[in-house]
Amino acid sequence: MSAERRIAVVPAYNEERNIARVVGELGAFDPELDVVVVSDGSIDRTAEAAEAAGAHVVRLPFNLGIGGAVQTGFQYAWEQGYDLVVRCDGDGQHIPSELPKVIAPVLTGEADIAVGSRFSGGEGYRSSASRRIGIRLLALVVSGIARQRVTDTTSGFQALNRRALELFAADYPHDYPEVEGMVMTIKHRLRLVEVPVLMREREHGRSSITALRSIYYMAKVLTALFVGLFRRDVVPLEDRS
Amino acid sequence: MIAAGTPLKISIAATAASLVLVLVVFELIRSRRLRERYALLWLLTGIVLVVLSAWRGGLNTIALWLGVRGYPPAVLFAVGLLFVILVLLHYSTVISRLSDQNVILAQRLALLEAKLSERLPQR
Repeated sequence: MSAERRIAVVPAYNEERNIARVVGELGAFDPELDVVVVSDGSIDRTAEAAEAAGAHVVRLPFNLGIGGAVQTGFQYAWEQGYDLVVRCDGDGQHIPSELPKVIAPVLTGEADIAVGSRFSGGEGYRSSASRRIGIRLLALVVSGIARQRVTDTTSGFQALNRRALELFAADYPHDYPEVEGMVMTIKHRLRLVEVPVLMREREHGRSSITALRSIYYMAKVLTALFVGLFRRDVVPLEDRS
Repeated sequence: MIAAGTPLKISIAATAASLVLVLVVFELIRSRRLRERYALLWLLTGIVLVVLSAWRGGLNTIALWLGVRGYPPAVLFAVGLLFVILVLLHYSTVISRLSDQNVILAQRLALLEAKLSERLPQR
């Protein structure tokens, strides 16, 4: 890979058992890749474990939720002058060997932000019916708003260049960062591409609970998206970091 | 058709209650336990209620306009409720702003701590 300074942002909440492995895997795969773990108000030894594994660590004093934690990582990367950022979840769902696929479009300058999609490759990721329907519907809605076809609106496996980083360091959606972030990216005329990647499957709850949760999640996300359409894009000056 | 007017007793009681509200708000501002920017809506609420309670003719007229027959003091409840909703909505915006600012503070603190512990150069 190129000589650009790059860093992986890994949000983690009480992941003391997994975080060292995630950091280790990232480092083993790409020694040039720095890692910053954002411990999101963890009450276990996540931060210490990450530090011991050789990562930079940012400790949030209390839990901000995924959006706030990821944004903190972006702010760190922005302030420290990194040229390329990969966002990677702390639960091991994202496979480091898939990194080059996500980074490539950003490195070549083809895109400002590249999103690893579980679906655009056709097969690979299996999940419950209700989740699939929800994912389809979200993809359709976001594609419509963005006037660009997307398939995986909830993927947190993303690579950003410095332009996209500047935007997200200053203004990042806190509630459903992946979905809303995708819309935001396109509204700000940043170039977004999806690349097919493999992901490890996460454990799901019992199917009935999952179905109900999916509906609840969909309702919340769609509301957020709808309201977001009418939101002013300008970041208030005092809120800029 | 003759609409019933506001009973004098109710007018007096409502005026007294509204005056107490205005005085309490005023005292809270005076003793700096309530900032003016959050008190304006409360003062407005109190003053509107005082006026409507004391001015029976006005209340009766407004009740007629609104089509409230028989019991004009119902307008007092409606106006009071409207202002309570406004105050609550105002509080929601205040809480939202505070929580946004809280997030920013937490992030800056965390980044500063990281810089300090790593002795990274400021850029």
